[in-house]
Amino acid sequence: MLGTTVILAFRAINRHKLRSFLTTLGIIIGVAAVVTMVTLGNGATAAVREQISSLGANVLQLRPGQGFGRGGGGPRPPDFKPADLAAIENQLTGVRAVAPMVQSSGTAIYEGSNWSTTVYGTTAAYFEVQSWKADTGRLFMPEEEEAGKPVCIIGNTVRTNLFQGNDPVGKRIRIKGVSCQVIGALATRGQGGFGDQDDVVVMPIKFVQRRFTGDRDISQIMVAVDDAYDTSTVQTSLEELMRERRKVKPGAEDNFNVFDTKQISDTLTGTTTILTQIVAAVAAISLLVGGIGIMNIMLVSVTERTREIGIRLAIGAVAREVLMQFLVEAIVLSCLGGLIGLFLALIASLAIAPLMQVPFIFDVKVNLIAFLFSAAIGVVFGYFPARRAAALNPIDALRHE
Amino acid sequence: MADDPIISLRGVTKVYGSGPTAFQALKGIDLDIAQGDFVAVMGPSGSGKSTTMNILGCLDVPSGGEFLFKGRHVERLDRDQRALLRRRYLGFVFQGFNLLSRTTALENVELPLLYRGEDKKTRYDSGMAALDKVGLKDWWDHTPAELSGGQQQRVAIARAIVTQPDVLLADEPTGNLDSERSVEIMELLTDLNRNSGITVLMVTHEPDMAAFARTIVHFKDGLVESVEYGVKA
Repeated sequence: MLGTTVILAFRAINRHKLRSFLTTLGIIIGVAAVVTMVTLGNGATAAVREQISSLGANVLQLRPGQGFGRGGGGPRPPDFKPADLAAIENQLTGVRAVAPMVQSSGTAIYEGSNWSTTVYGTTAAYFEVQSWKADTGRLFMPEEEEAGKPVCIIGNTVRTNLFQGNDPVGKRIRIKGVSCQVIGALATRGQGGFGDQDDVVVMPIKFVQRRFTGDRDISQIMVAVDDAYDTSTVQTSLEELMRERRKVKPGAEDNFNVFDTKQISDTLTGTTTILTQIVAAVAAISLLVGGIGIMNIMLVSVTERTREIGIRLAIGAVAREVLMQFLVEAIVLSCLGGLIGLFLALIASLAIAPLMQVPFIFDVKVNLIAFLFSAAIGVVFGYFPARRAAALNPIDALRHE
Repeated sequence: MADDPIISLRGVTKVYGSGPTAFQALKGIDLDIAQGDFVAVMGPSGSGKSTTMNILGCLDVPSGGEFLFKGRHVERLDRDQRALLRRRYLGFVFQGFNLLSRTTALENVELPLLYRGEDKKTRYDSGMAALDKVGLKDWWDHTPAELSGGQQQRVAIARAIVTQPDVLLADEPTGNLDSERSVEIMELLTDLNRNSGITVLMVTHEPDMAAFARTIVHFKDGLVESVEYGVKA
């Protein structure tokens, strides 16, 4: 019996091609919108996750500060001292590498070109923590670090703006009025969650402290956790150690922050996921409207085809068969709309993903759910018109003009 | 003629509405129709002939009395049981043809077989045979819009007989046709009655058409006024 009903449904749809298409248009647009949004959203989430993992996995960032930001009236919490760095290196277990950092900004000049950039003072451990390699040249030698020699390693943006493709290694540039020799250039990292990561000049920390910041304070310490150890355990030990060294009274708030890059990653991907869900929910409303569209047209169709229903009933169709015919018609329409919508979503996602610079990720689950949802819409919104058709009195229906 | 009538009405009444506005369309009909008969039902508008035809066609139920079809009490059947009875034993021809638009003649004729659950080959063979019987085999792939009135009515007759029903109910089958086409349709019905043994019940206004029948039943004011037997041997 179902086979018969499906044949009848396809015949009816075939007889009214334009109307059938218009009926499904709402579903087509709804499914296409939802699936495109979710696909692009998943791509964006993946892109964010990838960018953050480029910051280095399992890295703890230690900074002075209370809570987030330095609000409130109290004095600015002190920076770290070289002894703090030594304590982390010597007393903390599960640490792969520790890099101290100071930061300064200034203009780099080479011959006629100048470029405003950020200067990092750190050690060779920084590159290990960041898993960042030199594209050309080399990283710091221990004696250069120890003596704080005027050498620097430049990021790709600085390299492009100062050297325009010429080899920078061995050249001397001036930074904040101080001459230094370029010993290496870093590989490209691209746009991160925190701006252009390649717009940087890295120098030995002792040099930067001596010439730019004027003291031996360390503004940030990056700790790479050994893969064999649990990041959160190391984080707790690090927090305990720093409370002790910075003499934070029991019960008082930390005057430093420890950020886990994984935590930041989770927060950011969580945010994109929520945004995706919101946009998908808005698109889902259009799917609902599409369902109402189907119900609308089916109701009109029942009225318009009253005489046809009368003929079928007179010929010997039972109420259930008429109900099934209209229900199956609605389901077939919404399923067809769902399939066309999925196809359009595929095309749209493939076209838009490169423009948004996010990867295209085909998620079978998302497509399947969207399709089943469109079928369910056919059932829900097709039932009411179908029941109305089945309830018609054959005599009245035959008399209907 | 068989001894047991195929259709038997006993004191059938029909009331529309209720209370003071109630209208009694049938006031107690007694009527027997023998198997293989060709009956014309005549009478002025409002005489109750359409109501009777609806009851005989199992489309409607009497308010009182008994309606036996092949010995079965139709008045006790529910909606779906009556639908199955129509599907099994009855064929309908209407004044307005009532074919499905935008649907080929063959698909129209196949429709009752679809509801019977016949397979594709049976549907095609029986459908074409029925079209052949009404002389429209070559028009099988034409839609109603491409057929003349007479042809449409013949497709409708093919649809009614494709299931080889016991009874064919025709409600003013020639009402929308000119006299020449009308005679053709009546000859077709006569042929089906004589050679296929189908009992034909036909409502008509026109005495010329009623003359093709073997029995003529006259209705007046919700009652059977008279029955003429053996009008045409």
